[in-house]
Amino acid sequence: MAEKKKTTAKKTEAKKETKHEAPAKQETKKQAPAPVGSTTKQEARIGVFICHCGTNIAGSMDIPAVQEYAKTIPNVAYVDNYKYMCSMPGQGVINKAIKEQKLTGVVVAACSPRLHEPTFRTATKEGGLNPFRFEMANIREQNSWVHMHDQEGSTEKAKDAIRIAVAKASLLQDLFPKAVQVEHAAMVVGAGVAGMQAALDLANAGIKTYLVESTPSIGGRMSQLDKTFPTLDCSQCILTPKMVDVGRAPNIELMTYSEVDAVEGYIGNFDVTIRKKARGVITMAEGEARGIVGGGCNGCGDCEVVCPVVKPNEFEVGMKPRKAIYINHPQVVPLLYTIDFNSCIKCGLCVTSCGEKKAIDLEAKDEFVKVKVGTAILATGFDIFPVEKKTEWGYKKYENVVTSLEFERLICASGPTGGHLIRPSDGETPKKVAFVLCAGSRDNTGNGKPYCSRFCCMYSLKHAHQIIEKIPGCIPYLFYMDIRSFGKMYEEFYYRIQDEGGKFIRGRVANILEDPATKNLHVYADDTLLNRPVDMEVDLVVLAAAVQPMEDTNRTRKLFGVSCSMDGWLLEAHPKLNPCGTTTAGVFLAGVCQGPKDIPDTVASAEGAASAASIPIHKGEVELEPYFAMCIEERCAGCGMCVNLCPFSALALVEKEGRKVMQVTEAKCKGCGTCGGFCPGGAIWMNHFATPQIVAQIDAFLLGGEQ
Amino acid sequence: MSAPPENPAPKREPGEWKPQILGILCNWCSYAGADLAGGGRIQYPPDVRVIRVMCTGRVDALFVLKAFADGADGVLVSGCHFGDCHYLEGNFKGAKRMFMVKRLMKSIGLDDRRFRMTFVSASEGAKWGAVITDVVKTINELGPSPIKELNK
Repeated sequence: MAEKKKTTAKKTEAKKETKHEAPAKQETKKQAPAPVGSTTKQEARIGVFICHCGTNIAGSMDIPAVQEYAKTIPNVAYVDNYKYMCSMPGQGVINKAIKEQKLTGVVVAACSPRLHEPTFRTATKEGGLNPFRFEMANIREQNSWVHMHDQEGSTEKAKDAIRIAVAKASLLQDLFPKAVQVEHAAMVVGAGVAGMQAALDLANAGIKTYLVESTPSIGGRMSQLDKTFPTLDCSQCILTPKMVDVGRAPNIELMTYSEVDAVEGYIGNFDVTIRKKARGVITMAEGEARGIVGGGCNGCGDCEVVCPVVKPNEFEVGMKPRKAIYINHPQVVPLLYTIDFNSCIKCGLCVTSCGEKKAIDLEAKDEFVKVKVGTAILATGFDIFPVEKKTEWGYKKYENVVTSLEFERLICASGPTGGHLIRPSDGETPKKVAFVLCAGSRDNTGNGKPYCSRFCCMYSLKHAHQIIEKIPGCIPYLFYMDIRSFGKMYEEFYYRIQDEGGKFIRGRVANILEDPATKNLHVYADDTLLNRPVDMEVDLVVLAAAVQPMEDTNRTRKLFGVSCSMDGWLLEAHPKLNPCGTTTAGVFLAGVCQGPKDIPDTVASAEGAASAASIPIHKGEVELEPYFAMCIEERCAGCGMCVNLCPFSALALVEKEGRKVMQVTEAKCKGCGTCGGFCPGGAIWMNHFATPQIVAQIDAFLLGGEQ
Repeated sequence: MSAPPENPAPKREPGEWKPQILGILCNWCSYAGADLAGGGRIQYPPDVRVIRVMCTGRVDALFVLKAFADGADGVLVSGCHFGDCHYLEGNFKGAKRMFMVKRLMKSIGLDDRRFRMTFVSASEGAKWGAVITDVVKTINELGPSPIKELNK
């Protein structure tokens, strides 16, 4: 048995050397997978370092008792504690002990490895050990903080946690992260204000950026808005210069009417397949490429005039018509028509009217483009909560109940009514308008959204200002729960609207009923400040609808391996300290897809994400965690079960010495261990999570450290 | 979902039996969820000891059986929700194996409620507290593992 293991070791060593070149000095230290229960157990000298974390840990458990116990654990050569292990002096304690005590492994009992594993790995490295000879015992997040009133229980749990960690640390091996080149390009998914800002920043930093947008034009939600709070800037006026910049930037490759179809690879080397949806119209550049002189779409709109198919315009929330060949609004970037093939009847009138430009191709098919990028930013944005689900407010039942987004279009000079606010039922100018805030937000009934959508208070104040300004004598009534005016100059704006004559009624609207004769609406609420019921007859009701992630967000996030929170917003790596990062290295979040944000916060988050995404690209190289699988060829029967299990096609069967064995492509392996969890012969060695290491942990827990 | 009560740990006399429960958690969802429960100071009983793996796909059926052979009173394997796996589908493959473990446990006469697989995401700290509370409650009801007696 021992001989067999030695050969295993030799083989893997040989294989490793050919596969990746580690720095010369590490060659001598490098070890092959240690066979189960090998001599390393006797040699192991583990240092245990217990952190108080102020009173975070020390307040819930008996640290001296834990320390005394740790001294009795097999293989433990040294035990120490410190108030803050992660501080510079704390790390110095580790550094010194490694050298003085000739430690072979380090265990730090402190917070979660998800927080401070990198810190202590660095400390271990500085002490002269391989950083992967470090193991963390989580005695804070999963112990002292969750057993605050059970000192005995948490002390016992900490002892066990340290014993388990020591068992693993005793069997840990030197590992060497592999450095990979980072492609000098980035991708941004979604071209709203967040995506555009991120793409512009990346492009200005000299990075080739692919900006992928699923609709025909960039601009996103912000381009649908009329004014912005609290400065009352015209939204289009401040956004269109940015849109034009994006369209012109030489480093940005704009891919509108396109979707991410597949993502493969890892940080530095993402292979992204993009589906360019059949647009049916070619650009001028494409026209030139096809040899049509002066060809391609120049946005003249001759096709639109003759098209016989009329459909609702999504950009105007269905309140204005468009044709089957269309642009959504005059400021689109790129200025390029699109055919809606779901409604096109292929009559060919547009082709005739386009004439010599030959820009229209009714037989266009979806195209697939593959690009390679180093990092990616998701900026997929938000949609309006379908507020008709809250039946008590009568949206889609009563004509004069509209959402805030519809209001934006109705009050916008470029909107369907040319900026004249009207009642949809009769076209009359309303004189009394009710605004229902928190329409679907802060709603724990299960029918709405539990979170605050953050910007509805402010835009409703802005709406109130707009109608006071545009319609003399018109009174806005705001039914609110709380006015959350948290930003710079926001509270001042709230006072201004109060002074201008906005009426504020603190109470959630219980019910809205229509007077069938006048189509006026009765708003029923409980005025909680005056403590009396309200029945107010108004001409128009505006629902400040909650926001939710775009419908396609779920599909996109899964392609990039990003998690989401319970309400569907994409999950950041750390809510405070890494709000733009995700758990997938090289993928970042910008804007509202991470959670509701107003425009300044969205732009700030986009700039943060762009900065984070540019770091690996500018460094040119990233280190991958060396958790990949290895094959112990002596034990491999060549059954090939693992090959089918691998979700990343990293494994293959190869012919070696006359028999079939499995071989790992390290660059493709992400280290999940699905192969290692199944292999019937135990032939797969998962670096850092090897079977002997995990079994040692289980034994240490249940059999008290005996291995 | 309601948060578990303030201190759900049962009061025990010295020397009284305490369940030994092994938890094997995936790094990306359940371990992060357990960390989140910590940040939220959600209190739950201290009877589960956790081992971290990168993915529940890594969990060999033999790990679970080894734990029971060593005398564990219960084992909990927890990973990402289906479709949310950091490695695309490791949790499906892990879960499939865990069904096998349950069937095996039944056939050897070990109550399969001693073994559980749960799905707790990185944002479900409160759920983690509820899961642990329920697992500990189940094991407390079932009492010491019969294998422990055999090992004596």
